[in-house]
Amino acid sequence: MARRDDETRAAVRQAVSVSVATGLYGVSFGALSVAAGLDLAQTMALSLLMFSGGSQFAFIGVVGAGGPGAAIATAGLLGVRNGLYGPQVAPLLGAHGWRRPLAAQLTIDESTAVGTAHPPGPAARAGFWWTGAGVFVLWNLFTLVGALLGDALGDPRRYGLDAAAAAAFLALVWPRLGGASGRLARVVAGAAVVVALALTPVVPPGVPVLTAAAVAIVAGLLVRAEPDAVRASDEVPVPGGDR
Amino acid sequence: MTWFAIVVASVVCFGLKLAGHLVPEHWLAQPRVARTAALVTVALLSALVAVQALTSGRAVVVDARLPALAVAAVALVLRAPFVVVVLLAALTAAGLRALGMP
Repeated sequence: MARRDDETRAAVRQAVSVSVATGLYGVSFGALSVAAGLDLAQTMALSLLMFSGGSQFAFIGVVGAGGPGAAIATAGLLGVRNGLYGPQVAPLLGAHGWRRPLAAQLTIDESTAVGTAHPPGPAARAGFWWTGAGVFVLWNLFTLVGALLGDALGDPRRYGLDAAAAAAFLALVWPRLGGASGRLARVVAGAAVVVALALTPVVPPGVPVLTAAAVAIVAGLLVRAEPDAVRASDEVPVPGGDR
Repeated sequence: MTWFAIVVASVVCFGLKLAGHLVPEHWLAQPRVARTAALVTVALLSALVAVQALTSGRAVVVDARLPALAVAAVALVLRAPFVVVVLLAALTAAGLRALGMP
């Protein structure tokens, strides 16, 4: 029994450190969202309702120039991976009734990573719920701080916030490109950059990014799986988790 | 229009999360599905890096954002935390613009 308590305590400790690291970069989301032209309420709605960093950054990056259709499609496509986490965490949680939609909303990169890093049972459940709830609270709190800060700053270009947006996407994709298993991912990343830039002058804004997703779908379906190729489901990158 | 997009996109994202909790596990267990989804994430984020760093409307332009992105990449190689990476990029671009770079 004592060992199980130790496992659970370790899971909670990890959950807290991941929550703080992840929550902190809610500041950059809040500031960038306001810089992209969204107001405070819209920025908070994204963090409360969408609650998925990659989708949120993509939404604010695309909605201005690309319009609502492209923004919905890009954010939705980036949200697909959260759907793939469900089958991994649902058996660990055994959630029923109102807890099920709650668990679903909290199913993100970080909660899945911490939950599946511990043995099934109380430790895995504690890891998932503490991380999910911790990131949710801190992500929203720091989004608010960032949005207020961004509002006070004024012209986003003067403070380099447009460059910060590009850096945020780079930091989000970075953990997915590493190691030998990231080779196919690096090829796809390179192709996506070329396709997006080549299409920018000739198609409406928003379309270049979506077309890059098509490149990945073709690559994923055609390229023969290498033994150690990209393993989406067992390698969940934790932004800030190893720091 | 922005509110409409926020609500629809949030419903889509929640629907995907909930679907993952409801579908039978073996539906998504195919390696090809997981692999393709991971690659779609990589492609979208990479395309967003390029569009955010190198385009302005329908033009491909090089300005202070590119050196800022290079600084961010160096920070990532050195395993700097997310907030530091983003902050360094902003400071680089802001500094270069203060010096007269577009």
